[in-house]
Amino acid sequence: MGVEGIGASVARKEDKRFITGKGRYTDDMVVPGMKHAYFARSPHAHARIKGIDKTEALDVDGVIDVLDGKQLTEDGIGNLICGWMIHSKDGSPMNMGVWRPLAEDTVRYVGDAVAIVVAETRAQARAGAEALAVDYEELPAVTESVKALEEGAPQIHPEAANNLIFDWEIGDSTATDAALESAAHVTEMNIVNNRLVPNAMEPRAALGLYNAAEDHYTCWTTSQNPHVARLVMSAFYNVAPENKLRVIAPDVGGGFGSKIYIYPEEIVCLWASKRTGVPVKWVADRTESFLCDAHGRDHVSTIRIGFDSDHRITALKVDTLANLGAYMSLFSSSVPTYLYATLLSGQYNIANIHANIRTVYTNTAPVDAYRGAGRPEASYLLERTMETAARELGVSPAELRRKNFITEFPHQTPVIMAYDGGDFGASLDAAMQAADYDGFAARKAESEARGKLRGIGMSCYIEACGIAPSQAVGALGAGVGLWESAEVRVNAVGTIEVLTGSHSHGQGHETTFAQLVAERLGVGVDTVNIVHGDTDKVQMGMGTYGSRSGAVGMSAISVALDKVEAKAKKIAAHLLEADEADIVIEGGELKVAGTDKALPWFQLALAAYTAHNLPEGMEPGLKESAFFDPTNFSFPAGCHICEVEVDPDTGVTEITQFVAADDFGTIINPMIVDGQVHGGVAQGIGQALLEGCAYDADTGQLVTASYMDYTMPRADDLPSFNVTTTKTESPSNPLGLKGCGEAGAIGSPPAVINAITDAIGNNDLAMPATPQTVWSAIQR
Amino acid sequence: MYKTNYHRASSVDEAASLIAGADDGKLISGGQTLIPTMKQRLAAPSDLVDLRHIADLKGISVAGSTVTIGAATTHADVADSAEIRSACPALADLASHIGDPHVRNMGTIGGSVANNDPAADYPAAMLALNATIHTNSREISADDFFVSLFETALNDGEIITAISFDAPDKAAYQKFPNPASRYAMTGVFVAGGAGGVRVAVTGAGSDGVFRAGDMEAALASNFSAAALDGISVDPSDLLSDLHGSSEYRANLVKVMARRAVDAAA
Repeated sequence: MGVEGIGASVARKEDKRFITGKGRYTDDMVVPGMKHAYFARSPHAHARIKGIDKTEALDVDGVIDVLDGKQLTEDGIGNLICGWMIHSKDGSPMNMGVWRPLAEDTVRYVGDAVAIVVAETRAQARAGAEALAVDYEELPAVTESVKALEEGAPQIHPEAANNLIFDWEIGDSTATDAALESAAHVTEMNIVNNRLVPNAMEPRAALGLYNAAEDHYTCWTTSQNPHVARLVMSAFYNVAPENKLRVIAPDVGGGFGSKIYIYPEEIVCLWASKRTGVPVKWVADRTESFLCDAHGRDHVSTIRIGFDSDHRITALKVDTLANLGAYMSLFSSSVPTYLYATLLSGQYNIANIHANIRTVYTNTAPVDAYRGAGRPEASYLLERTMETAARELGVSPAELRRKNFITEFPHQTPVIMAYDGGDFGASLDAAMQAADYDGFAARKAESEARGKLRGIGMSCYIEACGIAPSQAVGALGAGVGLWESAEVRVNAVGTIEVLTGSHSHGQGHETTFAQLVAERLGVGVDTVNIVHGDTDKVQMGMGTYGSRSGAVGMSAISVALDKVEAKAKKIAAHLLEADEADIVIEGGELKVAGTDKALPWFQLALAAYTAHNLPEGMEPGLKESAFFDPTNFSFPAGCHICEVEVDPDTGVTEITQFVAADDFGTIINPMIVDGQVHGGVAQGIGQALLEGCAYDADTGQLVTASYMDYTMPRADDLPSFNVTTTKTESPSNPLGLKGCGEAGAIGSPPAVINAITDAIGNNDLAMPATPQTVWSAIQR
Repeated sequence: MYKTNYHRASSVDEAASLIAGADDGKLISGGQTLIPTMKQRLAAPSDLVDLRHIADLKGISVAGSTVTIGAATTHADVADSAEIRSACPALADLASHIGDPHVRNMGTIGGSVANNDPAADYPAAMLALNATIHTNSREISADDFFVSLFETALNDGEIITAISFDAPDKAAYQKFPNPASRYAMTGVFVAGGAGGVRVAVTGAGSDGVFRAGDMEAALASNFSAAALDGISVDPSDLLSDLHGSSEYRANLVKVMARRAVDAAA
């Protein structure tokens, strides 16, 4: 490794502009003639729109126009879609209701957009929206998945009878039932995975610019995947053909999944720009973020796990009800199915698994992928149950897990996934050692002496990243391929631009991707620029989510670098009069192995572009591209251990230590990986202890619509993290990368809850385990 | 925020005449509740009359055992005041834990007391310290001042000029913050002095800040946490919300009271 290559904790190149306020976000974009938009939104969870009177709104000072859903339909703008087809177990396709970018006849959740008001200023647009007279006929609403399926529940979409979207299964039900029947011990639990609001630091925003002279649209937007946005807006929403639509996602301040999806607002801003003849900018306020960003999780499950008399798992059966909200968001159907049920085998050798998943509509914000997307739900279910089983069986939670670990690879689970490698015992050992697991009893006694309850809990998670290969996900219903593209452009003086279809919204790609180039070519990271987030610059890409940018995005860069190196070696061999096979690239030079003959990298680049003396028949220039499609998912795995001290008088939980021992395969930048783990664990602790999105069950109003009621993790809620890694390389990509972006949020919640239930001696505890919740559990 | 007219008064008399002349005016003294409310368009006063820059309303003085704090004194100034730290450290400690540094450097004791937010800290201190609220027309005892949620004995346009109290022999405040907002979900101020023991509870009462008479009686004869053991708190008079049921708050009242007594003793 060089000082800036793979394995070096290089300081993040992008941070100077972020921490000095020089980032360029969508709201920073100003174009001539730009006007401002505010959306009129439904104050009701469920209502029929009887009429819209624009007279007063149009009279508000500065208001340019007020556009509604009827006009949108007249102009042929399409429905929002869910891009992953799931078939119910009876073979029928999922029951997808219509989602109009602006509701025309019916509103289905508080915040549903009804009209856009365009005005000279944002305040005037807001005043216009307030003056808009929408005549609503209120309808009964339902917010909880269980109630939405009950007889007589309000019917939300005509396409989905009884609000059921699909009833899907995976695995062998009969064999699993039989194995449970003959099990020596069965542990059964009812588990709720709480609903979360994503809360990216930067609210969503969009600036739509229609250029009538060229019949061309430009959209600046807060997207994790601008190319997917362009594809979907062209192919499904009829905004414009791809060559007439440029999508730019500049600096984006956090996404966590919520900025994957194409929302109504960016479509409507583009359309409104054409309708009004002015560029239209919209920036969400924090209340809109709470109401309208796609939420995460919201599962209600039962789980049964069977053991033989030797405590080996024989069967696992899961029944889950997933709340998808009022509309099916872009990838909502995949989250509780292929991103969830396929991970239910965890780190364990389980011969029989069956999961039944039903998804339902409710009068709440759409629910889609949120950091971890399905895998946190799977690991929470399985790891709480394993801890509970160990207590019921009277054995060590660590040893019960260890006994059931998969130790031979490849391992085909009964739920599609074929694990290609890992060493689960190694991460368990590393975590237990880092946590001084053996010293827990003494620490517990010390806490007891102070009147405090101490507990310890663990979680051994596995997840799947870099969703792939494209052919496989296509067969499972995905509407897109899940490869990534890269282009490596060597400039005439040897500096390098790397164009990538990945998108950085906090992950540090500008640094880690440059480190890969530094490693390969021996040049400094400062000579490498990473270009991303603009459909006019990067040809095509699938964006960043599912911890895929390393395993898939960097692999594409690696393949493009292979081609650059091959051509560079040919040129060097020609110029140095040596055999191509003898050329090595190191320290910024092309050298003839075993001699002192060398060509500096910049001279090689210049030679490629002057083209005065290239090998016979070679094209000038040095620029190569690649599309990389992995052979399999990658499987990060690890062990998290949490230790807590609970105050029995108040129910307050203090996390006294948190250990994460993760196997991410190859690590490019350990500092950035530590940061990803810290952030993920903070979000996981947020879910476990603090964050709970609540709707009023009768009115459908969002109760936790601000930070007065929705508890975001603060620094003083969190311990100093003890983070370590183990390593088995992923065989499914050339760099051996597994992905680290979501693991923290996947592994941590069950470890935290297992620790608290251990401390208080009551396993009936729901997330978020707020002081009140813990205190109540202690009283029971 | 809707359009409003901002007036910076330089004297109490000027403020009084400005507010009297306003169509639908509001006095503002820090605005740490009012400004966010206006930004959310939940309040739309025609005029704001700012008291925070009136020199006569600022400052802290201790004369004998009497502590006087000008109404426009910020929480940060109370927290940092050597006089308060000496005369009533519990009050300095309370002020140092209100909101965050921004709030503490803008918000004022007069503003907080006048707003009488059921989850604010100062009302508990005022009640437990048997403070006197001075206005531009009269003096009001804390027992009479705090009427109900966001409701006080102040008349329209009446301006608080200062609060005063006798330094207690012993006092302490214990707050259990709401996990999200960090306002007091239950805060208990205990004070003991020449006039006996007073216990005031904020954040929990369905009618706002209140005195816990049973606790005061128990502590009068035995100022120790153990004296509170037999006392039960009736949840039916307490607030209940997402973060804390009335039963949980009833528990917190006892726990915070015990801790306050321990801290004061």
